[in-house]
Amino acid sequence: MLTAEMLKSMANVEKTRSARMNVTPARMSAEEKDTLLQEYHPDYRQSGFTVLSVGPNKGSKVPTELAELLQANSRIKSDEIDLDRIDYDVDVLIIGGGGAGTSAAIEADKAGAKVLLVTKLKMGEANTMMAEGGIQAADKENDSPAIHYLDALGGGHYSNKPELLKRLVHDGPLAIKWLNDLGVMFDKDEKGVMVTTHGGGTSRKRMHAAADYTGAEIMRVLRDEAVNRGITTIDYAPAIELILDENGKAAGAVLMNYDTGEYLVAKGKTVIIATGGAGRLHYQGFPTSNHYGATADGLVLGYRVGAELIYADAIQYHPTGVAYPAQIFGALVTEKVRSLGAMLINSEGEAFMHPLETRDVAAASIIRECTTRGKGVPALDGSAVWLDTPMIEMIHGAGTIEKRLPGMLRMYGKFGIDLRKEPILVYPTLHYQNGGILINEQAGTKIENLFVAGEAVGGIHGTNRLMGNSLLDIIVFGRIAGKSAAQKSKETQLGKLTLSHIDKFQAELAAAGIHTDKVSPLLLPTYTHGRKVR
Amino acid sequence: MQEEMVEVFLLGKKYTVPSELTIMDAMEYAGYKLVRGCGCRSGFCGGCAVVYRMKGSHELKVCLSCQTKIEAGMCVGKIESYPINKKTFDIEEIKPTENIMGQLYPEIYSCIGCNACTKGCPQGLNVMQYIAYAQRGDYEKCAHASFDCVGCNICASRCPAQISHSAVGLLARRLTGKYLAPQSEHLNKRVSEIEKGDCEKMLEQLMQKPLAEMKELYNNREIEK
Repeated sequence: MLTAEMLKSMANVEKTRSARMNVTPARMSAEEKDTLLQEYHPDYRQSGFTVLSVGPNKGSKVPTELAELLQANSRIKSDEIDLDRIDYDVDVLIIGGGGAGTSAAIEADKAGAKVLLVTKLKMGEANTMMAEGGIQAADKENDSPAIHYLDALGGGHYSNKPELLKRLVHDGPLAIKWLNDLGVMFDKDEKGVMVTTHGGGTSRKRMHAAADYTGAEIMRVLRDEAVNRGITTIDYAPAIELILDENGKAAGAVLMNYDTGEYLVAKGKTVIIATGGAGRLHYQGFPTSNHYGATADGLVLGYRVGAELIYADAIQYHPTGVAYPAQIFGALVTEKVRSLGAMLINSEGEAFMHPLETRDVAAASIIRECTTRGKGVPALDGSAVWLDTPMIEMIHGAGTIEKRLPGMLRMYGKFGIDLRKEPILVYPTLHYQNGGILINEQAGTKIENLFVAGEAVGGIHGTNRLMGNSLLDIIVFGRIAGKSAAQKSKETQLGKLTLSHIDKFQAELAAAGIHTDKVSPLLLPTYTHGRKVR
Repeated sequence: MQEEMVEVFLLGKKYTVPSELTIMDAMEYAGYKLVRGCGCRSGFCGGCAVVYRMKGSHELKVCLSCQTKIEAGMCVGKIESYPINKKTFDIEEIKPTENIMGQLYPEIYSCIGCNACTKGCPQGLNVMQYIAYAQRGDYEKCAHASFDCVGCNICASRCPAQISHSAVGLLARRLTGKYLAPQSEHLNKRVSEIEKGDCEKMLEQLMQKPLAEMKELYNNREIEK
């Protein structure tokens, strides 16, 4: 039940609504944005970070919860696993069954490689499945990959790796075409024109969608295609350590059968890490919109064999996470709600910002409203602001929400809230790791034969990703990784397999004075919902 | 605030849990570390279907455990992994004009109209209706009516005709997306421009500009209304 205080504030939102309808709040200047970010964005809160003492990024800061896992012990001893007893022997081993891993699997299979895809949960139980709002690509007459490039570059604070961003925007329309031809049902009008909208920070309406099930629609088609192709996949089989060969090439992974606890050895001439993000590490105590398995496993696996990270300290807090009701606390309210015209409103009924600033700016602005400005609405865990959803049907007509935001309507409806009639309470939620393992244009890393795709990659988006560029990057770089890994596997002869990097890393930890009983990768978080455990 | 506690039965065992929690959270509160039956935790992956009865009631219910609040007296069992009969096909080879649905999934014609699928759907879809569209070869209607399916397969678990509804809907949607929906001319045009190398040239010109000019361009770019 909404509290009396919430209801009182909601009345303010209703009272100002008609007057707000035709007034668009001004966008912030570059200087205003910079100051706001420095003062309010969680990335600038130094207490949330730790400087790494070992590994390729020694001396750089990363979120403390990530540092603890990067600088933890392996789950296994190097001599514990008999590497001569090989359970799976393939050309391309893909770790991760989300959109990037599955795209890679399809392309590697198409290129004639023998593929094995392993995943910690079930194939498709991934952030891709939960991506609601859309996928960017510059395929309209008034748009071009160059305009898309500029939007993403400015949104990313000019820190994007140019060659990666170029690939992303250039291959964008090709990715849409690929998905369309696999049978993804994009929203189109009767003439076939894609129905596209803005996202935060876009200068052209290039957000393609499939209602607000865009990621789900893409993921279920990719998964179906992988099954049709007969690609071998193993669910509930997380990789817990990479295997190198005696020459330092990536050569496979030690897997764990999550049902039985048994270790398995998968040998692969090439390896693709596509393990996704880290929301379930709950940086700085934030809730998350991520799936259950988002624990940065791939970053840990890669880092331990010497792969370099980039922008691992740049975290995306999605401005609009659910702040009420409790049952869906932290879940995502898609940016498409704002693309369709809903405004962010404070406790007094004021529209305090333009609804389509970039995500980092919007998140910082909401935090400012709820802290120093004191114009937040007391919610479950701290304050929140309103997202004025009834505006959508006032702008676009009755039935718009049911047609274009059915997922949101259903999610709230299950807990007794009709977002067509009443606004909803939101607060930033941990959504995306902007950084990750540094790759080159072929999705390769410093470690020979090790490729990375998807959210585990860093560099494409700089320090702030725009909405809709993640679904795009998993397809573009997933496909590139699959093709590159398949090609490389044809030229690869592996030497003797080894886990000696575990000892080497252990020695570095000891030399740096780090003694911990933590092991990593974490695999899954532990939740008790407030119950004290013995 | 004092939490209201409720008594529930999880996999046959009695626990007392806060009433604010979802069924999934209640499992964790009780001490389970979930591995199976827990995916996106937001109602999109369909991985957490459970079956339950209210104590003393004959009625068997089904739902997604991450999207359903726990209630006093719930007796909860798990579905976790429900096998369905997904047929493989080559999307480039099949055509929506032939009775491809009937060939791959002839069991759809065994539907007895009991509507158990629709009653069980946690997404509130009219499942029996979309199967009826599939029977008639109206793939486009089947695609739209099944669009919000999350593939939890609760429908399949309840179907006396042993239909794999989620697979039927998915085939209809892929046929629609690839063959039945109108082609996007603007997309095809842009793809051919890319293939000719036009877009790459424009990108390279932009990328050569110094940072200050890039910033100027970004801060003053025209934003489509």
